[in-house]
Amino acid sequence: MTYLIRQARLLGEDPVDVRVEGETVAAVAPRLEADGARVIDAEGLVLLPGLVDLHTHLREPGREDAETVASGTAAAAAGGFTAVHAMANTNPVADTAGVVEQVWHLGRRAGHADVFPVGAVTVGLAGERLAELGAMADSAARVRVFSDDGMCVHDPVVMRRALEYVKAFDGVVAQHAQEPRLTEGAQMHEGVVSAQIGLPGWPAVAEEAIIARDVLLAEHVGSRLHVCHLSTAGSVEIVRWAKARGIDVTAEVTPHHLVLTDEEARGYDAVFKVNPPLRTQADVDAVRAGLADGTIDIVATDHAPHPVEDKDCEWVAAAFGMTGLETALSVVQAAMVDTGLLTWADVARVMSTTPARIGRVDHLHGRPVAVGEPANLTLVDPAARRTIDPAAQTTASPNSPFRGRELPGTVLATFLRGRPTHLDARLAEARA
Amino acid sequence: MSSPPVPADGREVLGPGDVSRALTRIAHEILEHNKGADGLVLLGIPTRGLPLAERLARRLADVEPDFDPQAQCGSLDITMHRDDLHRAPVRPLGETRLPVGGVDDRVVVLVDDVLFSGRTIRAALDALSDVGRPRAVRLAVLVDRGHRELPIRADHVGKNLPTATSERVQVLVEEVDGRDAVVISGGAS
Amino acid sequence: MRHLLSASDLDRDTAVRILDTATEMAATQGREIKKLPTLRGRTVVNLFFEDSTRTRISFETAAKRLSADVINFAAKGSSVSKGESLKDTALTLQAMGADAVVIRHHASGAPHLLASSGWLAGAVVNAGDGTHQHPTQALLDAFTLRRHLGGPDTAGHDLAGLRVVIVGDVLHSRVARSNVDLLSTLGAEVTLVAPPTLLPVGVSAWPCRVSYHLDEAIDAGPDAVMMLRVQRERMSAAGGGFFPSPLEYSRRYGLDARRLARLPSHALVMHPGPMNRGLEISAEAADSVRSVIVEQVANGVAVRMAVLYLLLAGGPKEENT
Repeated sequence: MTYLIRQARLLGEDPVDVRVEGETVAAVAPRLEADGARVIDAEGLVLLPGLVDLHTHLREPGREDAETVASGTAAAAAGGFTAVHAMANTNPVADTAGVVEQVWHLGRRAGHADVFPVGAVTVGLAGERLAELGAMADSAARVRVFSDDGMCVHDPVVMRRALEYVKAFDGVVAQHAQEPRLTEGAQMHEGVVSAQIGLPGWPAVAEEAIIARDVLLAEHVGSRLHVCHLSTAGSVEIVRWAKARGIDVTAEVTPHHLVLTDEEARGYDAVFKVNPPLRTQADVDAVRAGLADGTIDIVATDHAPHPVEDKDCEWVAAAFGMTGLETALSVVQAAMVDTGLLTWADVARVMSTTPARIGRVDHLHGRPVAVGEPANLTLVDPAARRTIDPAAQTTASPNSPFRGRELPGTVLATFLRGRPTHLDARLAEARA
Repeated sequence: MSSPPVPADGREVLGPGDVSRALTRIAHEILEHNKGADGLVLLGIPTRGLPLAERLARRLADVEPDFDPQAQCGSLDITMHRDDLHRAPVRPLGETRLPVGGVDDRVVVLVDDVLFSGRTIRAALDALSDVGRPRAVRLAVLVDRGHRELPIRADHVGKNLPTATSERVQVLVEEVDGRDAVVISGGAS
Repeated sequence: MRHLLSASDLDRDTAVRILDTATEMAATQGREIKKLPTLRGRTVVNLFFEDSTRTRISFETAAKRLSADVINFAAKGSSVSKGESLKDTALTLQAMGADAVVIRHHASGAPHLLASSGWLAGAVVNAGDGTHQHPTQALLDAFTLRRHLGGPDTAGHDLAGLRVVIVGDVLHSRVARSNVDLLSTLGAEVTLVAPPTLLPVGVSAWPCRVSYHLDEAIDAGPDAVMMLRVQRERMSAAGGGFFPSPLEYSRRYGLDARRLARLPSHALVMHPGPMNRGLEISAEAADSVRSVIVEQVANGVAVRMAVLYLLLAGGPKEENT
């Protein structure tokens, strides 16, 4: 199938025509002839390389009541993603070649987005001994990112071993930084709000202390480290210091940590319960600045679907997590582009190119939109505005913190290797 | 306590002089019927029944020096015994202040400003029976405007005012509203 | 007033109105006939997920004295109760025609959820939620203070100028939070005394003073000292190791005979109960003439009668509450 994307603003710059033939980009020029191609009128739309999420929870195997690989990747495509890294805290845990291959196969069969399974660092996420990282790396899933996300690899010796071991296959350990003893029973950020509303608090230092330790370990053993969902001002400073020292550390921030604060917890609506918790306005300002200046390398959704009954209850009984695949780009536009902190070219960097590089899938994704490259493309209308309605979303779970809010930008088309995995009705008709 | 405004079409049917003379007459009637002040207790029903009871008590003391206004006058709030609580937003409670000796075996004279359907007095009798067992209960009101819905009657009446149910009778008392008056408003156009 | 969820929701006038209503209720409880017909036909459900005989009985008595029908629902919750339990329970109560639900729950925010979820049409009264709030306790404490220290005629009066010291495990105490909110709304000056480990991060934003030294607080001559219950379990490492030992706690933060003697003669000794005699409060202090601990319990019934009256007696609700 041949497509002609007409007059899209590539990386937000001047409009170009892009011709897609089969799986690749055939031509990019200010004006191209249609020549029998199906025309997509992209006037006014921004064209980005297909987005890559380094942190998604697809829940399958085990929690298919919340999401499946099929529904999760369909949601990803609706959000403009062509690739997702599926976290390992499934049931059974993805700590063997068998489970990661299963997830990888499910992704290929569904065909909505490329699924790159993340392998667990430790067996059963128990934090005691390393899982068979090598077997997972050699499997068909070719795992390169390892994470116990959901749990912290808190034992310093285990973390050291993991950092050393993955060097053999250019892997990276993605740490969920949460000191378990300091956060026992914690429900939300520890501060003025938690003291008033009587919920046990999660001190910022529980995240920062682990990051500080891990960057020093990474330096000592000469390995690279990735920090998941960084959320505090202190964490930003530690990563900034580490990079200045030449430590090979990368960091991600979620869309919700770019806009929401712990004030949302006052109504005890558990849709705002998340790990790491929503922090203060000062932390939100600091992570925005960190993303703008490159201290934080990427945006990753930490898409965490939960069924209704896990959220429609008292706060302390509710599960942690928010969905995010279908709102990520809009939230980033609202928080970073419309405020002038990032350009669309920067968005491509933090949501496509760099996550692909960290995940070592940059031979397939995050490529420039140029002749001969795989046609992984995202078209977004930045002028659109939409009110988020969980019932209308593609994800199987309704726990979006943005429900009822108006956000800018709508993804109108997503192409995975030249095939549209998401095509809004408005673009579906061919125009002359 | 704020006073409700008097409507523009209100006409005053009793002025301060009329109110004062009526209270004096009622005080004498009470003493006459009771053959003195012995065993008498006045209980005013808040809001406006209370200052009226206190004025009656002072008049009784003027005539019968044995009558002690402090010890033989109090207030009886009937809010919690009303039968129409659910028809309006929740009402604040008035104060119930009983004389030191209680009401057992005494002659209680309930004092209120207006007698209308009789339901307030029914509630007062219920409230009173929770508090003790008087030897007798009598009722003194400043105005009786008719239209009883229960078999209740007043023993002492300041003024009988035949009214239409569509009319509104307002009693103003100096202690609460700044002046004494009985005002009728509304009615058939 | 549609619900009573938190002392922080009460402004001065509403709080005084509750106290004035409680004064009248207390008067009825001093008579031989304690029962009133006021809430006849109304149904009050006690929904207690945490064991608490004394609070439940207090609410039950209050409802029955007003002739309401009372249903006691002791929901045995496990340590993590799933949403279905609370929601389905609430829907069942609604089907049974509950006009008011009095809820005590281990999860902060559970009463808030009941009030805002749309599962219940009636009034929700918070009888204690997690470490968040216990508004009727604060109201009965304020009522007790006003009665003793508020002069002869307390109607319409608040607690302006009174100085109250609250001592103990503030971090885990819903009673402390409710009292700080309500007492300061009523014009009292509150000082919290606790070891640093038992004070929440963020307490500096509260409308009160904070001190680590009980002796200094006592020598400042407060009008009342309120002792909070300290749980022995919190001393152990498993419980969080907030304090090295019970003995060190009593030595530094207990109201013993020596400290009792240094209090001004008019000062009240208060405790929400149940007490750990010998730990946070000595027997001398608990049993002294200054102690109003037993009276607090009686005042609880009057205050809860007032709350139920104000929530349930009227008909159409005011628009702006």
